[in-house]
Amino acid sequence: MSIDIILFLGLAVVAILSAAGMLFSRNAIYSALFLIINFSAIAVYYLILGAPFIALTQITVYAGAIMVLFIFVIMLLGAEQTGRTPASWWMRPLGMGLGALLILESLYLIFTHLHSFPQPIEIIDGFGNPGQVGEILFDKYVLPFEIISLLLLVAMIGAIVLTKKKMKR
Amino acid sequence: MLPEYYYLTLSAILFSMGAMGVLIRRNAIIIFMSVELMLNAANLAFVSFARMHATINGQIFVFFVMAVAAAEVAVGLALIVAIFETKQSIDIDQMNSMKG
Repeated sequence: MSIDIILFLGLAVVAILSAAGMLFSRNAIYSALFLIINFSAIAVYYLILGAPFIALTQITVYAGAIMVLFIFVIMLLGAEQTGRTPASWWMRPLGMGLGALLILESLYLIFTHLHSFPQPIEIIDGFGNPGQVGEILFDKYVLPFEIISLLLLVAMIGAIVLTKKKMKR
Repeated sequence: MLPEYYYLTLSAILFSMGAMGVLIRRNAIIIFMSVELMLNAANLAFVSFARMHATINGQIFVFFVMAVAAAEVAVGLALIVAIFETKQSIDIDQMNSMKG
């Protein structure tokens, strides 16, 4: 076994177990912490796949900003636990069954199309570093980039409007 | 360098676990986190395809997905806070009326 596959399998165990921990823990804070572990494991995959800029963005934006926002909201609402009364007895088994079916179908599709995947091409030195990403981002993708900035502004205004206390008439 | 299907398999498993989370959990915040897990699984597939084809475009798309996810989380959590203020609960079984 090469070092590549040992690294891949170890990280895959971390990613899948932390996703399972996120799904099945009773306390929402634990779920958020498990999801941070999952995001960090995926960031290491990005490093392996030659995307250092995306990997560090994953750590700062996802594991940092977004998950901290989640934890703030969970603590603000005090909504760690929800009631345990099941809505209907068949909902949980049905959800698990459908999820398992989705996994099986996607694995079937991947393993019946193995020949159509491209062989990995050798990458040049500096592939995916911030300089190269920035050059393409501000050249070919400059319009989507501007639209994203508008979207973030609208999201900020929307969040303020939605959480603002109602004015007394 | 491992072949493509290793990463696609992991991506498919993580995506399906996220979908399962949306189906079986009733806490709105955890459903939201499951959606984030699904987005991440899709990002992993994008980055692995970018690596296989040795082009950077997949990584740019992941960058845009992250920006949209950040916007979505800001608005979604604001919605959850607003719902909690009227219903005193974030259990999705309680959210069964259009006006609140």
